[in-house]
Amino acid sequence: MIYLDNSATTKPHKEVLAAFIQVNEQYFANPSSIHKAGVESNALLTKAREQLAQLLNTDEKNVLFTAGGTESNNAALYGLAKSSEFRGKHIITTEVEHPSILEATKRLASEGYEIDYLKVDKQGIISLDELRAKLRKDTIIVSIMHVNNEMGAIQPIEQAAEMIHETCQAMFHVDAIQSFGKLPIRFNDEKGPDLLSISGHKIHALKGTGVLAFRKKPQVKPFIVGGGQEFGLRSGTVAVPQAVAMAKAARLAIEAMPQHVENYRKWANDLHDFFARFGEEIHVLSSRDGAPHIMSFSVRGLKGEVLINALQKRDIIVSTSSACSSKQTKTSHVVEALNMDSRFKNGVLRLSFGANNTNADIEAFKKQFIAVMKELKGEITA
Amino acid sequence: MIFKEILIRYGELSTKGRNKKDFISRLRDNVRYSFHDIAPLKIRAERDRMFIEIENKEKFDVLMERLPNVFGIQSFSPVASCEKDLDVMKALAVEILEDYRERELVTFKVEVHRTDKSFPLNTHELQREMGAMLLPQFPNFKVQVKNPEVALRIEVREDAIYMMAQVIPGAGGMPIGSNGKSLLMLSGGIDSPVAGYLMMKRGVRIDAIHFFSPPYTSDNALQKVKDLANELTKFGARVRLFVIPFTELQVAVKDAVPDNMSMTSTRRMMMKVADRVREEIGALGIVTGESLGQVASQTLESLTAINNVTSTPILRPLISADKNDIIKIAEKIGTYETSIQPYEDCCTIFTPSSPKTKPKLEKVQHFESFTEFDELIERAVQNREVYSFPQKEAKQDQFADLL
Repeated sequence: MIYLDNSATTKPHKEVLAAFIQVNEQYFANPSSIHKAGVESNALLTKAREQLAQLLNTDEKNVLFTAGGTESNNAALYGLAKSSEFRGKHIITTEVEHPSILEATKRLASEGYEIDYLKVDKQGIISLDELRAKLRKDTIIVSIMHVNNEMGAIQPIEQAAEMIHETCQAMFHVDAIQSFGKLPIRFNDEKGPDLLSISGHKIHALKGTGVLAFRKKPQVKPFIVGGGQEFGLRSGTVAVPQAVAMAKAARLAIEAMPQHVENYRKWANDLHDFFARFGEEIHVLSSRDGAPHIMSFSVRGLKGEVLINALQKRDIIVSTSSACSSKQTKTSHVVEALNMDSRFKNGVLRLSFGANNTNADIEAFKKQFIAVMKELKGEITA
Repeated sequence: MIFKEILIRYGELSTKGRNKKDFISRLRDNVRYSFHDIAPLKIRAERDRMFIEIENKEKFDVLMERLPNVFGIQSFSPVASCEKDLDVMKALAVEILEDYRERELVTFKVEVHRTDKSFPLNTHELQREMGAMLLPQFPNFKVQVKNPEVALRIEVREDAIYMMAQVIPGAGGMPIGSNGKSLLMLSGGIDSPVAGYLMMKRGVRIDAIHFFSPPYTSDNALQKVKDLANELTKFGARVRLFVIPFTELQVAVKDAVPDNMSMTSTRRMMMKVADRVREEIGALGIVTGESLGQVASQTLESLTAINNVTSTPILRPLISADKNDIIKIAEKIGTYETSIQPYEDCCTIFTPSSPKTKPKLEKVQHFESFTEFDELIERAVQNREVYSFPQKEAKQDQFADLL
């Protein structure tokens, strides 16, 4: 099987799984217990937190373990909204966010918050001018994803961060779930984002692991309450093995980033050239200067599902633009936001690379893709 | 890395006359202790300054983070260097001053010190030349010769040009060890580490003593005290921790002395043990975190009864401090988080419900007289365990392959 759906999820690294199992066997005690075993689990948890803090360039007190990207995004939005409503109820985000942001803002809208959604251009990128125009004194949150999960557009978060911090008091949340380990993130200075969401299973850790990191002291209102774990921000017995797996995968991702990104970039460029050979038949959504690991394209007049099935028969696993919404029949909100030619809308496919892919995978994809195109569209020129 | 060394200015010790040499060498040793984990450091100690060579960015970052904690340092400055070429010098000066570009208005001057007399420009010429080159680049700078906010100091030495602009305040005080050694009674609470810190600031070397009462108190409580002892080392000194097995004595007191006076008696036993250890290690005083009126054992009557067991100076730097002020210091020096971990210590396990705030010394002595406490004290002193800090953490390795 050639797996090219790493933006949906990744296969856990062997060494991450090994650590996960070992922690479950050896350090299973509740880290809140005061007996010796509990103290040891807690020391391990602290080390995992320190490691993540170091990788994210923040203080260990600013790293909150969550059960994944969706929870991190939810916690950021609800938590900030509820803790800052005394300053205002205005929130800015974009049309192309992940549902874990958009559904959260919808709910907040129903609770009396005012939400502005930034539009994107054909490359999927927001306009900083529009952001500047929408920023207000009572804006409490701006939430912008770093890399779009469906087509890999990179948002100008550094400029956005500077603009936000210069203009108002709003907290800037960045959904870095698709960018962590693939792009450098500036998170250590006054002008960077205030909160960052990352997810473990996108970087070869386990599903059910995630982090919400804060640049400074966490100031969100908890929505999971109880025993006061995680600095009182997320109660519930802390999942030490998951935290360790997350920390280990994050370290491996950052260490291997230069090499991986070089590969991904090479493959993406190669595929851009490859798809160009099909002329008008194929529309590539991802741009050459987008995220290196996501390659979205669409075949004129062919439904995405048809292509997925045809490729799957040939042992190539790809997905439609987003795994989270791929079972829905309507066109994804991101594709809608791109305002593209309707003949391409229903056929958007996404290839996404991960640490386990090789040159041979890309070659195999190209070969099988040509075969599928011949099968489905008859003679083609490529 | 544009910075080549860190220049350290001595504080109070420049006024100490004949003992100065000793102070300087102590400060140098203390700097070494504070940075044991990035050793070896190349340190050059001169009469009025000390220089630490910067080998790489990592060491530089650690130095900048921790130097403000080390007692005996008035201020310090990262020093950059470059070759003796006007263009290169100008570029370096701009880089150093970049930090001040965003400020509104900055009063500024250039200061030149020329030890290399062969340099083509003399002091005044170089001063003028550099000023004239820099000022157009920084429109927010205004020259002010007396007390400018920023003075760019340029030293023309034999080997290279050295420049600095930043002067970072140090912790002040005196190098630890320059005022003898005392034994700190370290309980694990908020107060005692602060008391230790304040004495260290006056140059007193601290060893610590802790009373450990297993199984009533746990390894967690002991670990907490070890962590605190380790925390104290960051002010520039080794700290030894003496752990006294105290259970036997504590139970004996409980049996011999009525409940409402047992606290006073327990404290007297601690003081006796501490004094014996103090004597053995050659310390001159005992430091406690006592603060007047904070708890029952800290009334003047109580202190009198406790103090009666020794004529050794008992140093109580917090005696007049308010709890809130103590907490502020604890937070500042980074011991607060450790101190508030909720483990029982030897002072809390047998706490009577209503201890006497005005214990009568004669009565306490009377009840104590029926038990051979000296023997128990001697045994506790002999069976002490010693730990030395800073200590390399073994735990990190334990988890290394998991993370």
